[in-house]
Amino acid sequence: MSKIYMDHAATTYVKPEVLEAMMPYFSEKFGNGSSIHSEGREAKKALEAARQSIAQALGAKPTEIYFTSGGSESDNWAIKGAAFSRMDQGKHIIISAIEHHAVLDPCHYLKKFGFEITELKVDEDGLINLDDLKKAIRDDTVLVSIMTANNEIGTIQPVEEAAKIAHEKGVLFHTDAVQAVGQIPIDLSNSAIDLLSISGHKLYALNGVGALYIKDGVEIDNLIHGGAQERNRRAGTENIACIVGLGKAFELAKSNMESESKRLTVLRDKLIQSVLAEIPESRLNGHPTKRLPNNVNFSFKNVDGEAILINLDLMGIACSTGSACTSACTGPSYVLQALGMEYRWTNGSVRLTLGARTTEEDIDTVVGALKETMNRLRMITFKA
Amino acid sequence: MYNDVVMDHFQHPRNVGDMADATSVAEVGSQECGDTMKVFIKIKDDVIDDIKFQTYGCAAAIASSSIATEMVKGKTVTEAKKLTKNDVVTELGGLPDQKIHCSLLAVDGILGAIEAYEKNK
Ligand SMILES: Cc1ncc(COP(=O)(O)O)c(C=O)c1O
Ligand SMILES: [Zn+2]
Repeated sequence: MSKIYMDHAATTYVKPEVLEAMMPYFSEKFGNGSSIHSEGREAKKALEAARQSIAQALGAKPTEIYFTSGGSESDNWAIKGAAFSRMDQGKHIIISAIEHHAVLDPCHYLKKFGFEITELKVDEDGLINLDDLKKAIRDDTVLVSIMTANNEIGTIQPVEEAAKIAHEKGVLFHTDAVQAVGQIPIDLSNSAIDLLSISGHKLYALNGVGALYIKDGVEIDNLIHGGAQERNRRAGTENIACIVGLGKAFELAKSNMESESKRLTVLRDKLIQSVLAEIPESRLNGHPTKRLPNNVNFSFKNVDGEAILINLDLMGIACSTGSACTSACTGPSYVLQALGMEYRWTNGSVRLTLGARTTEEDIDTVVGALKETMNRLRMITFKA
Repeated sequence: MYNDVVMDHFQHPRNVGDMADATSVAEVGSQECGDTMKVFIKIKDDVIDDIKFQTYGCAAAIASSSIATEMVKGKTVTEAKKLTKNDVVTELGGLPDQKIHCSLLAVDGILGAIEAYEKNK
């Protein structure tokens, strides 16, 4: 059985070029970037070259890129670091209701220290309303954090506009761009964004490595205290091999983003149109056009998402769901609930995220498999 | 994630459908998630002569419904009423911890249909 992987938003494979770039840094060029000897200097050189590649791809300065252990650390650092550094100015933070847990949970944690969190509602396509943001900013607001693109439904937020609104009121702006980097253009050269989170394993580098962009001049508290790495802002001996891989992944993304995002958008829209036309009681979740080139998220009424997932897995197709019964039956995904759908729709969601290896043939196969799955499960189901 | 017995019942569920001449019908919903089940039973001489179900739910809920209906088919009402969640999970050869509750739906559905039958008797 041939396998089709359509879960690139969960994690991507490591591209061969990325792996190749990383290989020398395990056993040959294994030095510690802080050492004075030639091995150390070699590691340091690789580290700075990777920083340069990432900065270049984002229109940032190398001094604005700080390596971390991944998206979760970058989000935690941005949120807690900004909050703690400004708590004497105020204890109010604004986020969207559909942020990733790596943003939501640090915010909830900050309530222990007296912070108040405002969660902006999103519309039925998952978009925030900029007027809501304007109204939500108070004198004691210290941080606004709105994700560039959502991991479940792929909706792309107007972050640059949101950042400008925050800046007009003297409030820091963070964005979790983990799902967006490598897929859509991000240019920080003339941007109001202060902090931006990056993760390696969503753009064909390895998991366990990421970065936080911190605009020059923006002060936030450190999260990881210890050694003097990353210009005294993030302690820990650098993971050189993974960082080199991340640098390579950014180079690749920059060089083929235009053609690849076009290719994926065509495939994405073919998948969306075919399914909506051929499968009854199906709908697209997320914005029809303001969405990541690789993201498709459907709901099928009266069918449980987990059952769909298991059925597709049997057919060799890997994807994910926001259904209640996937983990501990805590209810369907909060992201889908925030769109205002009823249970029989939210619980039948399937996320299919395309990647560099996805072909048109894969799309046809997946459409056929979804049809078959829905036909079969709808024979069993107790319809509401 | 699921063992072969569960997967077999999920892929080839037994006793799926509805029944025009059912003696009794029950509709139940899970307390913990949105899973729902409809059970039809036909009773002859106090024996469950035939049983059919429709389940909205995850793979574990579907497999539990399928195996539980097999377990009570042909049994007397008195015997069938002894069915527990543990019996269903054991017969399935186990379920992942967070999925145990999904098997309760089938038990509730079958016991619900029997209860309705006894009330109307
Ligand atoms: C939007 C978003 N933010 C943060 C993360 C966390 O990134 P990481 O897995 O690198 O910690 C993810 C990945 O699941 C994500 O999709
Ligand atoms: Zn379940």
